[in-house]
Amino acid sequence: MAFFSSPNERLAREIIDRYPRPRSALIPLLHLAQEQEGWVTREAMVQIADLTGSTPAEVLGTGSFYEMFKFHPVGRYMVNVCTNISCLLLGGEELLEHVESTLGVRSGGTTDDGLFTVEEAECVAACTEAPCFMVNYRYFHRATAETFDAVVADLRSGRSPLVRGNAGDRGTMPPHGSLGRVRQRIPADRRAGIVPPEQVDGPPAWLPRPEEVGSDG
Amino acid sequence: MADATDAGWGYLANAPGFVRTSGPAVLTSRFAFEDSYTLERSLATGGYEGLRAALRRTPAEVHEEVRQASLLGRGGAGFPAGVKWGFCPDGVWPRYLVVNGDESEPGTYKDRLLMERDPHQLIEGCLIACYAIGLSQCFLYVRGEMALAQERIAAALNEAYAADLVGAGVLGTDLSVDIVLHWGAGAYIVGEETALIESLEGNRGMPRLKPPYFPAAIGLYGRPTIVNNVETLANLPWIMEHGAEAYRGFGSEASPGTRLFSLSGHVRRPGVYEVEQGVTTFRDLIYGDDFCQGIRDGHELKMFIPGGGSAPWFFNEHLDLPLEARPVGAAGSMLGSGAIVVMDETTDAVKACLRLVRFFANESCGKCTPCREGTSWEEKILQRIYDGHGRPSDIDLLLDVGDNISPGPYPAASFEAEGLEAVPFPPLQTTICPLGPSAVAPIVSAIRRFRHEFEAKITRGDGIPVRAEVSA
Repeated sequence: MAFFSSPNERLAREIIDRYPRPRSALIPLLHLAQEQEGWVTREAMVQIADLTGSTPAEVLGTGSFYEMFKFHPVGRYMVNVCTNISCLLLGGEELLEHVESTLGVRSGGTTDDGLFTVEEAECVAACTEAPCFMVNYRYFHRATAETFDAVVADLRSGRSPLVRGNAGDRGTMPPHGSLGRVRQRIPADRRAGIVPPEQVDGPPAWLPRPEEVGSDG
Repeated sequence: MADATDAGWGYLANAPGFVRTSGPAVLTSRFAFEDSYTLERSLATGGYEGLRAALRRTPAEVHEEVRQASLLGRGGAGFPAGVKWGFCPDGVWPRYLVVNGDESEPGTYKDRLLMERDPHQLIEGCLIACYAIGLSQCFLYVRGEMALAQERIAAALNEAYAADLVGAGVLGTDLSVDIVLHWGAGAYIVGEETALIESLEGNRGMPRLKPPYFPAAIGLYGRPTIVNNVETLANLPWIMEHGAEAYRGFGSEASPGTRLFSLSGHVRRPGVYEVEQGVTTFRDLIYGDDFCQGIRDGHELKMFIPGGGSAPWFFNEHLDLPLEARPVGAAGSMLGSGAIVVMDETTDAVKACLRLVRFFANESCGKCTPCREGTSWEEKILQRIYDGHGRPSDIDLLLDVGDNISPGPYPAASFEAEGLEAVPFPPLQTTICPLGPSAVAPIVSAIRRFRHEFEAKITRGDGIPVRAEVSA
């Protein structure tokens, strides 16, 4: 039984097609699997191995290196609270404590209703906007306990909390697993040509041929 | 923190965290526009003019212009981009461009801004680099956690492909380059260029040994590969449009141009600032009216990290150093990723040290034994000191474990009161990449300057965990 839905399998092949070697698509396909299911299942890894010319063990070997991939079910909303240095200085730990006590789970845990998973995060590149947390990898800058409570209330009642982030983000909040809400598409007639490196044997067309130039070619 | 919500202070709502100053805007000229990330706004404000200027010249001339500009890499190492480009061996094809957008260094927030707010400027920079040295495919590796940056770049690439700006026959010329958005999945180490390449090949992001694996010679798929930071490439459109000479009009002789600095921590006005390098000092940035306006009310400076979590700490007496690699290196630290973290007297030095070391222990990839074992030892020792269970020998043990990762005198700032002179940067290392040695920076900095704080925790030994007073 294939794991990917047929639109996602087409998408997977389109992604693979953008790389000179299929294995380079391994991480994007793990993301796609997580987008479909919310986490990375064994069936997903088997099919990704098949699509990228790897073994399931290699897929797990790569995937397990990266913190964002979850190999067990997690909440619909992944809450990451940064406690690294800049956030620590301005109350990141207190914010994490508030998040944990509000949701009743410790870092790494998921609420009983399956809505929220909490993680203590390493630096998320919002240091001037500390303290900061993310929900499904969307930013909430200069956050307070009140910000977090309002975000939870929004999500429980089906509203998008993104404007509360003061991070220039707006629109809908996709469920865990989805990252960018826009996908890259390369139209067939606009492709420059992506081939395995072995099939390239000379400089690209816009460079002068070696015989036309002096030393600095 | 009342300042933070005051709209009148130059904080741009469309580029959260960025603060406009009276200085030049090479990188941030579009940040004030709400639609700064669209092709329409880009084209209306001179977007892709740098690319057009480049295409009117030969690739070798474009390369020479970048070399003349002395554009220093903005990822951390500060190596000149034009020189790096010249390291590709002759006659080996294809060559690839890999853009390092895996910004994760503690304290650093600037590449994300550039990707979210002006993705077309970055795409244009990629095309200029590809044209100059014949890079036939570009991979834009964005940090996995940056969902908005990924979608802004995806949308921008879709627009650029449709407008003949990327892909086959760019603007009707021979230049044909595919730019592929790639995104990671959470691993600090992938910001190291050879680990980034491993990750892009579908592997665990573990660094490769240099030599022989210098990416410009043996990179992606074993082919010559240029790995440039987002901010580095974002400078190229301006350089091509205005010329290297105009670019060198900003900053100092050794560090031309502007650079984004992110200032965080206990300052009145934290933010991302575009700053002329070399001619500006740490004091200007931390205390200047145009910048952070000093330490938060009623407090004073205890220490600051001048270049991201990996950098040894600086103190009051280092405030007048210019933002330039050489003097900062001689004084015992580095400018690194342009991240300055300011800490006031309420900061517990042991706690700050522990948090940074815990980060490196968490992020160690496990390839080299001194780092894999050493960083987690360091974390555990610091944790027990912090928890009140430290042993008198622990301070020496911390330094000894550090010496196994990074042998010899470790880079550190001078400390006149103790008669200690500066130890210049960089450190030696027993590891493949600088992650392990980075974990030693906060340890040596904190023990050298604040040994009494460690001793106080050890001798008290009451077993009661100490809470840091971190908020006003």
